[in-house]
Amino acid sequence: MKPAPFQYFAPTTLDQALDLLERYNYDAKPLAGGQSLVPAMNFRLARPGVLVDLNRVPDLAFVRPGSDGGLRIGAMTRQRQVERDPLVAERAPLIHETMPHIAHPQIRNRGTFGGSLAHADPAAELPAVLTALQGRFRLESKRGQRWLGADEFFVDFFTTALEPDELLVEIAVPPLPARTGWSFQEVARRHGDFAMAGLATLVTLDEQGRVQEARLVYLSVGDGPVTARQAAQVLQGQEPTEEAIQEAAEVAARQDVDPVSDIHASADYRRHLVKVLARRTLRVAVQRAKENGQG
Amino acid sequence: MTTRYFGKPIKRNEDPRLLTGQALFVDDVHLPDMLHVAFVRSDLAHARIRRIDTAAARERPGVVAVYTAEDLGDYWRPGPLLVPPPPVKDIVFHQRTQVPLAKDKVRHAGEAVAMVVAESRYIAEDAAEEIFVEYEPLPGVVDLEEALQPDAPRVHEDLESNLAAHVIQEKGSYATAREQADVVISRRFVYDRGTAAAMENRGIVAHWDFKSQHLTVWDTTQAPIPIRNGLAAMLGLSEHQVRVIAPFIGGGFGPKIMMFYPEEMLLPWVSMQLKRPVKWIEDREENFYATTQERGQIHQAEMALTQDGRILGVKDVFLHDTGAYDPYGLTVPINSQCTLLGCYDVPNYYSEFRVVFTNKPIVTPYRGAGRQHGVFVMERLLDLAARELGLDRAEIRRRNFIPPDKFPYNNQIIYQDFAPLVYDSGNYEPALDKALELIDYQRFIQEEQPRLRAEGRKVGLGIVTYVEGTGIGPYEGARVTVEASGKVSVATGIGTQGQGHFTSFAQLVAEQLGVDVGDIFLVTGDTDQFYWGAGTFASRGAVVAGNAIHAGAQAVRRKILKMASEELEVAEEDLELVDGTVRVKGVPDSAIKLGELAVKANPLRGAVKPDAEPGLEATAYFGPERGATASGVHAMILEIDPETMLVEIQKYVVVHDCGKVINPLILEGQIQGGVAQGIGNAFYEQLFFSENGTLLNASFMDYLLPTATDVPAIISDHLETPSPLNPLGVKGAGEAGAIPVGPLFAQAVEDALDIPGLEIREIPLSPNRLFELIRGERTEREADHG
Amino acid sequence: MNEHIAVTVTVNGQEYTRQVEPRMLLSDFLRHELDLTGTHVGCEHGVCGACTILLNGEPVRSCLLFAVQVQGQAITTVEGLASGPDPEDLHPLQQGFWEAHGLQCGFCTPGFLMTLVPFLEENPDPTEAEIREALSGNLCRCTGYQKIVEAVQLAAEKMRG
Repeated sequence: MKPAPFQYFAPTTLDQALDLLERYNYDAKPLAGGQSLVPAMNFRLARPGVLVDLNRVPDLAFVRPGSDGGLRIGAMTRQRQVERDPLVAERAPLIHETMPHIAHPQIRNRGTFGGSLAHADPAAELPAVLTALQGRFRLESKRGQRWLGADEFFVDFFTTALEPDELLVEIAVPPLPARTGWSFQEVARRHGDFAMAGLATLVTLDEQGRVQEARLVYLSVGDGPVTARQAAQVLQGQEPTEEAIQEAAEVAARQDVDPVSDIHASADYRRHLVKVLARRTLRVAVQRAKENGQG
Repeated sequence: MTTRYFGKPIKRNEDPRLLTGQALFVDDVHLPDMLHVAFVRSDLAHARIRRIDTAAARERPGVVAVYTAEDLGDYWRPGPLLVPPPPVKDIVFHQRTQVPLAKDKVRHAGEAVAMVVAESRYIAEDAAEEIFVEYEPLPGVVDLEEALQPDAPRVHEDLESNLAAHVIQEKGSYATAREQADVVISRRFVYDRGTAAAMENRGIVAHWDFKSQHLTVWDTTQAPIPIRNGLAAMLGLSEHQVRVIAPFIGGGFGPKIMMFYPEEMLLPWVSMQLKRPVKWIEDREENFYATTQERGQIHQAEMALTQDGRILGVKDVFLHDTGAYDPYGLTVPINSQCTLLGCYDVPNYYSEFRVVFTNKPIVTPYRGAGRQHGVFVMERLLDLAARELGLDRAEIRRRNFIPPDKFPYNNQIIYQDFAPLVYDSGNYEPALDKALELIDYQRFIQEEQPRLRAEGRKVGLGIVTYVEGTGIGPYEGARVTVEASGKVSVATGIGTQGQGHFTSFAQLVAEQLGVDVGDIFLVTGDTDQFYWGAGTFASRGAVVAGNAIHAGAQAVRRKILKMASEELEVAEEDLELVDGTVRVKGVPDSAIKLGELAVKANPLRGAVKPDAEPGLEATAYFGPERGATASGVHAMILEIDPETMLVEIQKYVVVHDCGKVINPLILEGQIQGGVAQGIGNAFYEQLFFSENGTLLNASFMDYLLPTATDVPAIISDHLETPSPLNPLGVKGAGEAGAIPVGPLFAQAVEDALDIPGLEIREIPLSPNRLFELIRGERTEREADHG
Repeated sequence: MNEHIAVTVTVNGQEYTRQVEPRMLLSDFLRHELDLTGTHVGCEHGVCGACTILLNGEPVRSCLLFAVQVQGQAITTVEGLASGPDPEDLHPLQQGFWEAHGLQCGFCTPGFLMTLVPFLEENPDPTEAEIREALSGNLCRCTGYQKIVEAVQLAAEKMRG
């Protein structure tokens, strides 16, 4: 379990890094925290010819307030830093709640916020959470920069819209509207494992206490983050009663997901968990939304 | 007063080295000029080898040599049979042992096909990737029952079928018992594969010193002496030219004893060929294929009982998966067959098993070593019988216990040590009572469970019993020496893998010699330090090596007393050994330090009497007549989340009887660690093979070892029923924690779910599997073939 | 492709420079280049935690880093925990593990210790649940964790004074 040889570059500016990606293109792989890439290299399942180590590029690790009341998070910010950042807890409580579910502290000390997003593992937490939050992703290359929404960024199984010469540099998280509640929950075999299913849920109530908008985004039940649009539709404009939540959960399981079986969970069991998680997160998110309305 | 050392929770001598990173493990051995080995292993479970092209690999810079089976010449031969079949009437046994490198055909995924020797492990792995093996894939033999169908593909084509062995053992007449029975419970039980997953993978460093014509091998083995003997024979060397060192070992649990692993045969040979030291350290991925595994069995069992729950007889017919080869003989299925009888007075028993070759990694003992399956079948049958008869599950066990006055109790069948299965001693009812008290049985089933059930919560209790045959022969030995410094050294032949031998063995010597435990230096696992012995397995270290050390220390004590009595001119009875001295009782000033006495016993001038042994030293051996039988009761309470099927263990109780206890701290550690492995086996760990025999979860990401959040705190208590078979009265304790957890889990889960007709007849379980079982889904695994 | 790069790193307060291939894992670098073999390797895919070390004070898996990545940085390994060679020089955590029988084969132990040093610095009085969660990224196959939990409690007491 030793990695195959590669050429190593440790650029000290973003520009150098982008130069290298442009030059080596498909042969190059950016190295962020390496907590998914290096295991794959040790198994020789990944064998990049060129590694562009981003760890010495300054200014890619930050958490800043956004001018819209949201957040700006640098792609190289360590997950542990995001977990501990008070601004994240205040402005993006859904992210704050999710971070401890990601592996273990030793992994989060090294793993980066952007690295997890760019890796696009369908079992990872952050892609689902950023999809639920409608995060926006800033991609840079020598050709310029572009902003993509989460729906455009995540393309498929371990695939994003990033071109080989592009780097994810920053993620913008919009502020939560008033009367919005959140919940992240997952069902994993052990603490810190990739979940058999997980769900990031946001609910915004209107002034009458009806659901103005609901967003449910699953992980581990498809090729990437899976948005339960039909379930959200069921809730829209409704009183968030237990009956409405039940119905939304049924719809999510029946119509929104098409999970596959693996050694840990059959498709049927996953579908069942989809329902359970919808119920559990909606109850919490609705409660929090109500509390936020009072506050 | 002399200080007592036996039975004290003394902290361990070995720990400061381990805690500061100073303990030597095999991979820590760095030798000048050392080469590194990587293996090319088959991706396919069953295939004919058409061609192996090593040309590119040989040309890679840094590669020193590449070997295939052809390149081994006369050295290529199947490994030895470690344990021959027991002397049971009409036994069938087909010996097919592993080969150093596959020739013509591969029989399990991960079987080594070629070996690369290079200047670094990195380069060796680069070259291994460049070796092209052309295979002709063959259909895999995976399912145990299908493997015995007449049209099944054959793992060993020179055999008529995949049958590796067939054994029947009988006590009384089950057929008669069945005729007399009021009730017969008959079910199918399935126990699937897992792996020991010691934190340290295997590894070997071999160094042939051409100039001194001496071979040194550092090996993660549990049995260094047999390895030395075997290597010397295979390599054409004298045993005195070979030194095998098993230094600190990062966990063994059984699979580190399967001599000879192909790598164990190859590395020393390669070192002799190349005249350079060579190292191979198994990586975690290799460990999932190349280290032996355990647990695949399918049982069709029945129990005949009277209306009041007395067992009249048990019949069990089972299949045992031995994987692609059977180098460890029949130890595992014999253990299943024998351990099934448990704590119970079973007058009639019919047990028949077939061992089956499959295209899966080799099966050899792993902590419990087949005992799990027997206990699972018996305890589940008792639960089902209790349910059928409307009896309390603790009561049905109590009614069938062997009463304390029936020991020694002869089960009339042959055990893994080839001796009749006779329990030396036991007292089962107090252990059951203690466990019921600690788990608060009556209150739970009468108050707590009904209350929680009314709230919709799924809580359940389990309580099961087991016996463990431990401490089997043949023998171990030890040499105890008082050194001139007054410190004592002890050498024994067994290896140690974390059991605390450096401390518990020192306690035995301290007890006899009155020397502080910290002043006793233990050497284990170095064949140059002690020549004779078998190894660490079958929970035998404390029993067999322990009693040898005890005997050696007693002999040294006798020498000390005799010499001191002459020196001090007092009777031996008036002397005592205290604080590293021998002194006259009541006269502390009249003391001689043991170190001084040791110098006098080994003088540089003057005459020593003819036939006198120099030094305060003695060598002793101990071989028990047969194994000592430990026993115990485990109980637990768990809760199942009825929506997710995740399980939380709320309380876990162990009451254990392993005779006299040398060090309660170490014993508790053994029990707790065993339970953790049992919990893994019951609910987290399972090896998944594809229909062609490839392993689907060969990583710690997908093979789930329990973590600190999955294993509960364990409440334990110990009873002491000494073994009459050895002077210390001890019984083994290494495997007890792991053995009964499967049936315990099954019973508690059934109790928690409380669904009429739902029976748990398989291990391992998982949230997914519980979900399926509750939905009444019948899968291949549980479909009734009978 | 196989060119070597000079790496200078401070380990346990001592500076080392070695020429290594970029692909050399930090775990191999510490063990086989610097002969600091107290850091153990159990899985090489970041799950078992045996190779955990402190990188600039934070626990990380040394099998998931390349040695070239730690150029100029500070590492602490298990060899750097005790203040001297005698038993009384052991770090309170090492003392706790010794007294509570928190280790058996001892192979995983260095990884546990390196995980727990910063944990106890941040959480001087942790609950059992917090301790178990902190341990959950390290696998131990011998102890069943109970005595490790007790060891941490003991160490926390010692460190609080």
